[in-house]
Amino acid sequence: MAAYIARRLLQAVLILIGVSFVTFVLLYLVPADPARQIAGRSATAETVANIRAQLGLDQPFYVQYGRYFMNMIQGDLGRSYLQKTEVAALIAARLPATLQLMAGALFFELLLGLTTGILAALKRGTAIDNALMVGSFIGVSAPQFVVGILLLYVFAVQLGWFPIGGYGTLAHLVLPAITLGILGAGWYSRMMRSSMLDVLRQDYIRTARAKGLDRARVVVRHALPNAILPVIAMIGIDIGLFMSGIVVVESVFGWPGIGQLAWQAIQRVDIPIIMGVTLVSAVAIVLGNLLADLIAPFIDPRIKLR
Amino acid sequence: MTFGWTHLMGATALVAAGLTGVGAGTLSLTPTAALAEEIKQGGTMTVTYKDDVSTLDPAIGYDWQNWSMIKSLFDGLMDYDPGTTDLTTDLAESYTVSEDGRTYTFKLREGVMFHNGREMTAADVKYSLDRVVNPETQSPGAGFYDSIEGFAAASAGEADGLSGVEVVDDYTVRFTLSRPDAPFLHKLALNFAHVVPKEAVEEWGADFGKHPVGTGAFKLAEWTLGQRVVFERNPDYYHEGIPRLDRIVFEVGQEPIVATLRLQRGEVDIAGDGIPPAKFLEVTQDPQYADFIVKGNQLHTGYVTMNTRMEPFDDPAVRKAVNMAINKDRIVRIINGRATPANQPLPPLMPGYAEDYEGYPYDPEAARALLAEAGLADGFPTELFVANTDPQPRIAQAIQQDLAEIGIRASIKSLAQSNVIAAGGEEDQAPMIWSGGMAWIADYPDPSNFYGPILGCGGAVPGGWNWAWYCNADLDAKAAEADAMADPAQADARIQMWRDIYLSVMEDAPWVPVFNEQRYTLRSPVLGGDDALFVDPVHVPVHYDYVYRTDVQ
Repeated sequence: MAAYIARRLLQAVLILIGVSFVTFVLLYLVPADPARQIAGRSATAETVANIRAQLGLDQPFYVQYGRYFMNMIQGDLGRSYLQKTEVAALIAARLPATLQLMAGALFFELLLGLTTGILAALKRGTAIDNALMVGSFIGVSAPQFVVGILLLYVFAVQLGWFPIGGYGTLAHLVLPAITLGILGAGWYSRMMRSSMLDVLRQDYIRTARAKGLDRARVVVRHALPNAILPVIAMIGIDIGLFMSGIVVVESVFGWPGIGQLAWQAIQRVDIPIIMGVTLVSAVAIVLGNLLADLIAPFIDPRIKLR
Repeated sequence: MTFGWTHLMGATALVAAGLTGVGAGTLSLTPTAALAEEIKQGGTMTVTYKDDVSTLDPAIGYDWQNWSMIKSLFDGLMDYDPGTTDLTTDLAESYTVSEDGRTYTFKLREGVMFHNGREMTAADVKYSLDRVVNPETQSPGAGFYDSIEGFAAASAGEADGLSGVEVVDDYTVRFTLSRPDAPFLHKLALNFAHVVPKEAVEEWGADFGKHPVGTGAFKLAEWTLGQRVVFERNPDYYHEGIPRLDRIVFEVGQEPIVATLRLQRGEVDIAGDGIPPAKFLEVTQDPQYADFIVKGNQLHTGYVTMNTRMEPFDDPAVRKAVNMAINKDRIVRIINGRATPANQPLPPLMPGYAEDYEGYPYDPEAARALLAEAGLADGFPTELFVANTDPQPRIAQAIQQDLAEIGIRASIKSLAQSNVIAAGGEEDQAPMIWSGGMAWIADYPDPSNFYGPILGCGGAVPGGWNWAWYCNADLDAKAAEADAMADPAQADARIQMWRDIYLSVMEDAPWVPVFNEQRYTLRSPVLGGDDALFVDPVHVPVHYDYVYRTDVQ
């Protein structure tokens, strides 16, 4: 087990180096010149050249990446070109908000996804099942910015139940968490349904029912614990999905997390921030997957970590 | 001024009409008009922005969001009367200019305190300017001060500061210029020349922009990254009764559309990013918003550049034909009338604007004839570059249709702004660019500021902003001559000279001036103050120091 984790962590480090390299190459190829962006247009050619030299942008690619890499492994993500603040500090200041949003979304998607999935499985083939599965399909396919704006308009603007965007209280969290979680809820619902159907077909369930146990008890005590485990293993992978969703959701709701930071940085070609947020997201995805793999053998002892 | 070219279309502006002459002799002014009324101080104002505040360091901040915030935290020797572009003294009590226009001597106000409790002196003025031109500072504004003696050495990092800025005594500072520079006092009113205390800059180093210490009406009370910035009244501010508010809360990360809704609910007082283009009609025509909107002019021109070094735009006849082909009234309608059609580079409120100039008429037939004369009776294919944010691509489509009328087949290249800017800075990349979202807005209200970088030979270099690659050596010489006329007696002659320069530019037609944008500020009715303060030409979106809350009166 320890050897497995060590090997996986080593792999993770290699993946992160790869991600940092690819991102750096892509940003290097962007035709915008950060030095001109910083200098603004009243700046003289000398000022621009001077800024370029100070940022090391006049160096060849391998020197630029080499410098970035050496700083990165020491935990220094550089300074934002435009905000002039350390990228690590900017990310650290915003990370709690993102984690909060992700926790809220996870709670919502599990709550909604699992209940509807179980219900659909138990009512298999009925109108309820069909309605729930159509609903989950919509949840999976609806673009987040549409869902977000719709929720904002109906529940915040029209009904006034929730604040119109912003951050601070639990009430602020509800709509963005639902928006971020609705995609996952759809997936969980479908997975939970099929997993539940699998389990309900098992012999031991039939035995339990044959012994005369009542249906509710069989579902809750015997079927559910087994059916839910493979679904739980998905949570790790979910974190990766969240990472792609936060950019949109945080921007729509004005949620001060790293997704919003990334969005602003992309618009302003603030390369150190884009690099930093990409790396943090990659770390989250890699760790999420590792977590999913580590949970798997506990759920199904037939899976061995090697 | 860059004023945030990532989100320029909208609430931006600098300058209206103004003082362009500079005074020999002594001049002493205070912003009296705004002080005349008895207004009680107090209350909080909430301002929202979509983007984070980047930096509050006056040497570095150069987007339209932090520009006026910095003005409330710091002061310079010169300023403008609130709501106008009339130059006044600020940290300077008075000044004199020598006969030859090369020596400026400023007498400083005594007893002005920095937020850290230390008195501001002439040494601080010198330190601040030395810092701006020091290459280590990476100030985007360093180039404004190239007329000060010793600039070359200081900006190359070879000298310790500017030899042309001398501390005469604690309250006197003298500038020596290497050449007369007519707009010099305007340049001293820019944020880049605002005064900072050395000890605070050294204490915070690169983080000074997050821990600003100035002499301004407000001081920084709180900065929660990604969430809010709070300003608090500076009780020791030297303008009595100013600022009118106790606190300003800047909430960031708020989409303009959300800000509009919250403003209507009374949760927000100023929507800093203005009215989103998609909501413009709804908001301006909705009687519910009638009390919320203040409308003003701004010194902005939107234009199409034609690359004079690329065929067939190297032929002035072709450029004139394009000037006659574009239906500007229709374009103004496309943006719901939030602009007026333009016929010359300068906006109407800029000194030097030629009122009686009629420009090229909209006349597709004459345009076609001109093209035929140039041997292009069948038209030609070309490319029109445009920034990809609404409403710019829609405007580009209108231009495309107009060009098609005279046989020019333009394909639209809709790209991220930074890519359009990059293409414009290359000699052979972009035959035509619609400037929307990236258009020039003056740094100070003087006609010279509309020329050099965007129409002069100096801007027609790789990475420059002269996207037409227009270079007329005669006009460059005239421009230099005009800017050497620092004697106030020549002020009118100088403006006349600039007027002629821009009309000569139109003869060569490197641009199609399309429209001058108007400015709309969305504010809560609870805020009081002259309307001019809400469309202040220098302070965008509003003059933070002078607006007040009516509910504390």
